[in-house]
Amino acid sequence: MSTTTARTTARTAERTRRVGRVAGRTGQYAALVLYLVFLAFPLLWLISTSFKSPQELASIDPTWIPREPSLDNYRAAFDAQPLLRAAFNSLLVAGTSAVIAVAIAVPAAYVMVRHRSRVTRAGTAWILVSQMFPLVLIIIPLFLILRNLRMIDSLPGLIMVYVVWSLPFALWMLQGYVKAVPRSLEEAAAVDGASRLTTLRSVVLPLLTPGLVATLMFAFVTAWNEFFFALVLLKSPEKQTMSVILTLFVGDEGAADLGPLAAAAFLATLPSLLFFALLQRRLVSGMLAGAVKG
Amino acid sequence: MRRTPTRTAPARAAAVFALAALLAGCGLGDEGPDDGTVTLDYLSLAWQAESVEANKALVDRWNAANPDVRVRYVQGSWDNVHDQLLTSFMGGEAPDIIHNDASDLTDFAYGGYLADLTDLLPPELRADIPEQAWGTTTFDGGVYGVPFLQEPRVLIANAALLADAGVRIPTTDDPWTWEEFEDVAADLTRDTDGDGETDTYGVAWSMSEPVSQSVNLSLSTGGQLFYRDGGENEVRYGAADSAVAELIHRQVNEDGTAPRSSLGMGGSDTLPGFFADRYALLPLNFSFRQQVAQQAPDGFGWSVLPMPSGGGDEGLAQGVAPQTLSVAQDSDHRQAAADFIAFLTRADHAVELARGDWMLPTSTTALADPSLSTEELGWRTGVELAAALRPSPVLGVRGYPEWKDKIATPAFQEYYNGAVDLEDLREELTDDGNRILDRYQR
Repeated sequence: MSTTTARTTARTAERTRRVGRVAGRTGQYAALVLYLVFLAFPLLWLISTSFKSPQELASIDPTWIPREPSLDNYRAAFDAQPLLRAAFNSLLVAGTSAVIAVAIAVPAAYVMVRHRSRVTRAGTAWILVSQMFPLVLIIIPLFLILRNLRMIDSLPGLIMVYVVWSLPFALWMLQGYVKAVPRSLEEAAAVDGASRLTTLRSVVLPLLTPGLVATLMFAFVTAWNEFFFALVLLKSPEKQTMSVILTLFVGDEGAADLGPLAAAAFLATLPSLLFFALLQRRLVSGMLAGAVKG
Repeated sequence: MRRTPTRTAPARAAAVFALAALLAGCGLGDEGPDDGTVTLDYLSLAWQAESVEANKALVDRWNAANPDVRVRYVQGSWDNVHDQLLTSFMGGEAPDIIHNDASDLTDFAYGGYLADLTDLLPPELRADIPEQAWGTTTFDGGVYGVPFLQEPRVLIANAALLADAGVRIPTTDDPWTWEEFEDVAADLTRDTDGDGETDTYGVAWSMSEPVSQSVNLSLSTGGQLFYRDGGENEVRYGAADSAVAELIHRQVNEDGTAPRSSLGMGGSDTLPGFFADRYALLPLNFSFRQQVAQQAPDGFGWSVLPMPSGGGDEGLAQGVAPQTLSVAQDSDHRQAAADFIAFLTRADHAVELARGDWMLPTSTTALADPSLSTEELGWRTGVELAAALRPSPVLGVRGYPEWKDKIATPAFQEYYNGAVDLEDLREELTDDGNRILDRYQR
C-alpha cells in the first residue's frame, strides 16, 4: 500500500515537474517570440511602408499589408538618387575600414593581454578615455588634419577616420576574447617549437574566430551607418555614402518623401543583414570545447 | 600545417578590398582640369524631386553657356546644413555657393565666413527684389545672401467641412480676424456621433517647432518679441506679442477647438487627420501644398486660405526667413559665384525654382508671372500674401538659436500644453531669455 502510494506520489511529482518544464519552455518561447517581434517590428514596418502609395501613407488607419502594393517608391528612390553608387561607396568604405581595424586590433589586443606592463595598462586606460570624447569635439580638428593630409573628399580619408573611430572599441572587444584563450595552448605550441608569430597565427587566431567575426561586424556596421563624418568629409556627389544619401529624402520642418525614403532605407539595411547572415555561423562559440583537458 | 583555402580566402579578400578602396579613392580625386577652367561647388538644399530637377537643369544650362566657369551641383540636406557648413568654414573647404535660409546666416555673416555681395550683384537683381526681402540678409550694412524664395504660413482648409459649417470663406482682401477665426474653429468642431468625444476639430496646430510660428505670427497683432534698443536686442512679451499665442492656448485648453495631441506633431504628421476629416483647418507653410496635393485621397477637396488678420494695414503681416544663396568668403572666385547666383535668380529662373519648391519667388517680376497667379493649388492666395511678408524678427539676432533651443521651445510647448500660464511664459522668455542674448551682445 505504502509502496503504491509512494509510486503514485513520485509519478505525480514527475508529472508536475514535466508540466512545469513544458510551461517554462513555453514561456521562454513566448518571451523569445515577443522579443523577436519587438526587434523585427521597425524593419517589417519599413518594408510595408516602402510598398505603399503616398495616399496610403497618409491614411489615418495604417495597415500592415499595403492595400495596393507597388514598386513606385523603389523606382522614385532610384530616379532621385544614385543609390547603387552610394551603396558601393558604403560597402567599400565600411568593408575596408572594418578589415583594417580588425587587422590592427588583433595583435594589439594580444600584446595588451599577454604582456601586461605600465604601457599596456596606460593604453587600456586611454582606450576607455577616448570613448568619452563627443563627435562634435573632434570633428573640426579631424577635418583640419585630413585637409593637411589632402584627404578631404576622398574615400581613403574616410576609411582612415573610420578605422581610428572603431579601433578603440574593437581593441577593447578583442581583449576579452584573447583573455578567453587558455595560456596552456600557447605554452604547448611553444614546447613544440612554434615561434610567437606562428603561435599567434596558427593557435590563437583560429580560436579567436568568433571574436574576430563579432568585431568585424561591429566595425562594419559602425562604418556603414555612420553619417556625420561622411557628410562633412565628402563633397563630391559621386563619393557620397548611403547614410548621407538617405537624408536627401528629408526636407525642412520634418517634411520627408516618406515612400522613397522607406524604399532606400530598406535597401540600405540589406548589406548588413546579408553580412550577418553569412557570418553568424562563425559567431558560434564553444570552439575551445575539448581543447584542454581539465 | 597545410592551410585550408577557407582560412586564406578572407585574408586575400581583405587585401583585395583594401587595394580596391585605395585605388577607388585615388581615382576619384577632384582635381579639375589645368586649363584655366574655374569649377564652383554649389551646395543646394533642394530636396523635392521637382525642385532638384529644376536646380540641376539650371546648372546644366549655366555650364552649357559658360564653359570657362563650371558649376558642380552638390546635394546638401536641410537637417544638417548648419553643422556641415560650420565644419567646412572652419576647415577652409566651404562650397563656393551656398543655399541656406536667412535665419542661419546671422552667425556665419558676423563670423566673416560669407562674402559681402553688395558690389558683386548686378543692379537689376538688387532692384527686382524688394527692400523688405534684402533686409533679411543684410547685417551691419553688408549683404550676405540673395533672398530668392519665401513662403507665408497659410490655412489649408477641408473644403467640404467648411461648406457644411456654412462659414464665410476668407480672402486676402477680406480675411478672417483672429476673433472670427476662433468662432469659425468653434463652428467647425463637431461631435458627429454624439459620444461626447470630439470627432472633428476646427484647427490642428502642429507645434513640434513652436518658436518661429509664435514669433512670426505675432506680427499680425503688432508684436515682434525682439526689440532693438540702443543697438542691442531685447526680448519683450507684451499683449501684442502674446495675442496669437494666447489664442492658441485658449483653443487647446479652454475651447477644445484644437486638439492637444497635435501640439507635438510636425506639419506632415497632421495630414492623415486632415484627410480623415479629423481636422478642418491646418496652419502650414505654403510649400506643404505639395504634400497635400500628393497625398490627398482621390476627390478630396481642399483650399488655401490666408491666415487671420490682426486688423489694420499690417493685419496680415507675418515674419518670414527666405531661402538664400550666399558666397563663401574663402571662395577664390567670388565674382563668378555671384554671377551664377544672379543667373539662378533671374526672374524666369526664379519662377522655375519657385514652382519646383512650391514657394514664392521674392523677385517682383517673377511674382507677376501668370503661372503663379492661377487659382489652382492656391498659388494666387500665396502671391497675394507676398506683400504682407516681413523679415522675421529673429533675423540678425545673435544668440537666437540658443534662446530658441534652451528657453523658448520648452517654454512655448509647456504654455500651449497648459502646463504653465502666460505669466510664467513671459518670465521664461524675457528673464532667462535676455540673459542668453546679453551674453552674445557683450
